[in-house]
Amino acid sequence: MEALGLLLHGFEVLLTFKTLSLMMVGLVLGIFVGVLPGLGGPNGVAILLPLTFTMDPTSAIVMLSCIYWGALFGGAITSILFNIPGEAWSVATTFDGYPMAQQGKAAEALTAAFTSSFIGSFVAVLLITFLAPGIASFALRFGPPEFFAVYFLTFCSFVGLGREEKHKTIISMSLGLLLTGIGMDTVSGQLRMTFGSDNLLRGINFLVAVIGLFGISEILLTMEERLALRGHAAAISLRVVLKVWKDLPRYWATLLRSSLIGCWLGITPGGAIAASFMGYNLAKRFSKDKESFGKGRIEGVFAPETAAHASGTSALLPMLALGIPGSGTAAILLGGLMVWGLNPGPMLFVEHKDFVWGLIASMYLGNVVGLVMVLSTVPLFAAVLRVPFAAIAPMIVVSCAVGAYAIQNAMFDIWLMLAFGVVGYVFKKIGIPLAPFTLALVLGNRAEDSFRLSMIGSAGDLRVFWSNGLVGSIATLALVLLFWPLVSAAVERMRGALVKIST
Amino acid sequence: MAEPGSAGGRDEAAEPAEEPRAVASTRAVDIATCLLLAAFAALMGIDNWRSGAGWASDGPKAGYFPFYLSLLLGAASLYGLVKAALDRAGAASPFVNRDQLRRVMQVLVPTFLFCLLTQWLGLYVASFLLIAGFMRYVGEIAWWKSVLTSFLFAAAMFVTFDLAFDVIMPKGPLEALLGF
Repeated sequence: MEALGLLLHGFEVLLTFKTLSLMMVGLVLGIFVGVLPGLGGPNGVAILLPLTFTMDPTSAIVMLSCIYWGALFGGAITSILFNIPGEAWSVATTFDGYPMAQQGKAAEALTAAFTSSFIGSFVAVLLITFLAPGIASFALRFGPPEFFAVYFLTFCSFVGLGREEKHKTIISMSLGLLLTGIGMDTVSGQLRMTFGSDNLLRGINFLVAVIGLFGISEILLTMEERLALRGHAAAISLRVVLKVWKDLPRYWATLLRSSLIGCWLGITPGGAIAASFMGYNLAKRFSKDKESFGKGRIEGVFAPETAAHASGTSALLPMLALGIPGSGTAAILLGGLMVWGLNPGPMLFVEHKDFVWGLIASMYLGNVVGLVMVLSTVPLFAAVLRVPFAAIAPMIVVSCAVGAYAIQNAMFDIWLMLAFGVVGYVFKKIGIPLAPFTLALVLGNRAEDSFRLSMIGSAGDLRVFWSNGLVGSIATLALVLLFWPLVSAAVERMRGALVKIST
Repeated sequence: MAEPGSAGGRDEAAEPAEEPRAVASTRAVDIATCLLLAAFAALMGIDNWRSGAGWASDGPKAGYFPFYLSLLLGAASLYGLVKAALDRAGAASPFVNRDQLRRVMQVLVPTFLFCLLTQWLGLYVASFLLIAGFMRYVGEIAWWKSVLTSFLFAAAMFVTFDLAFDVIMPKGPLEALLGF
């Protein structure tokens, strides 16, 4: 119950006029970013990050996490009213959400989407509240070998479990790791891969890369596809909200199932996208009336939204407790924490109690305030979409440039952002996944440092990764996941052989 | 991140009856990317070999990790190269057609000019020019609307970043003239 006391203290930290108003600003900006096609959670947070550089860490993270909640809520508006998913994880929401809007039930669909987002995140925040401190205090026992094993596990699970072609995942990951190595080597102080350039001395900043990879490339893709926005109008009345909420208990099984799927996939690097599709498909499979899915069934909105948000939120759990982000946006939040000199991981729970519990409390509060705000302001944000894209596109470009420049006050970073934009565009089109790239960029240095510290500790003996039960089992699990396709094929064959023998 | 092709509601009626000619096939771009990545891997590999990719008494030297990563990247891109070269389906599928490329260039070229101008004129003047120009010439929006919108946007950015949040952006002669 220590968690509850600390959480209450977190609320105390939050309940000041300044933090609350920053929260509102963050939510509005976030919904805005979520609604605009071509921007979304990760880029929105990355672009708006510079705004928070001059704030104290607690205010800053409250505002950033509210931008994140806002973006999560906002994605649903475009999917339902315009049939354009603002985020990849909103794709499954369009299947039934848009047909509902076509039938004139847009308000019901939106209420369902917002409510289920709220439920999904709420379950995930509860999980964080009660699990994160435990995991963090367990992880306090970790030394460099354990940390390296955990990083290694994260990378391996991407390669082994990802759905993309393996060599493309490896390309994306090794390129990311290579780029983080540029600049000064943190262990020996030696310069590497700088080719005598002063600009490369600083290294390649993770946030600059993210702004280019997601922001600029998304604008290029949106232009190429030539979006024409034609949507349905909607205003939500209290009567509709109450009607949807009254029916809510009937769908408890769907909501619970989707929340659990979401939490699981959020903690493991499966991500919100996989969670939303899985939530949808399972709701369909368990339904008695499968045919009505895809034609405007409210369950088809509940299932993917709950799962996506549970996953988007629980992705913050490994980020806070271990310093390993469970999603792209969590990775950017982690980048933000490092800008303020906070080192995410188990020590955060010991050294910066106020900060951690303030953040967790802001997740509760942000969600509640976000739900109310989004329900009452839908028509306003739907109107944003009627602004011509020719006006929005250059504004997004400018915002990206501001974000990229502000991080290190370097003009070179604006050029770098442009280059990453083109790289992101090409990679997306030929199917090289960007998630491993982002992960590698943010974790690369930490992984290398922990590896080399372990080597210094063990005088260069690789057996240190199997030196005790804990690190040994993590390292072994990592190898199993890396070769998972081979392992699962072998298991299948053995099972086949056993069946043959027994018959 | 909108999944291309997975959403309807796009402007399908405006699509010409015949698909415009593809500028490059997916396979060609795939091959070119793999070649570039392999070349990059070779460059990085050589540089790291020079800075020391061996194993010192206290563990790996500075170039050790990046050197083996370049090998990994090189191997994966060569594998991708062979795979793409043998892929027949990719040869048929277009990477971009002429219309799409034109639209991508419509935003890429102005963005490039914007970055260039930012160096001389400062970020705010450059963004005013970018937004006004883009709205007028690409969006074909009325002059006064374009100019007004971009002026308001640039001014709002200035107030938010430089004045309210103390985030200093690159400035040019105009700001100097106004005394900032």
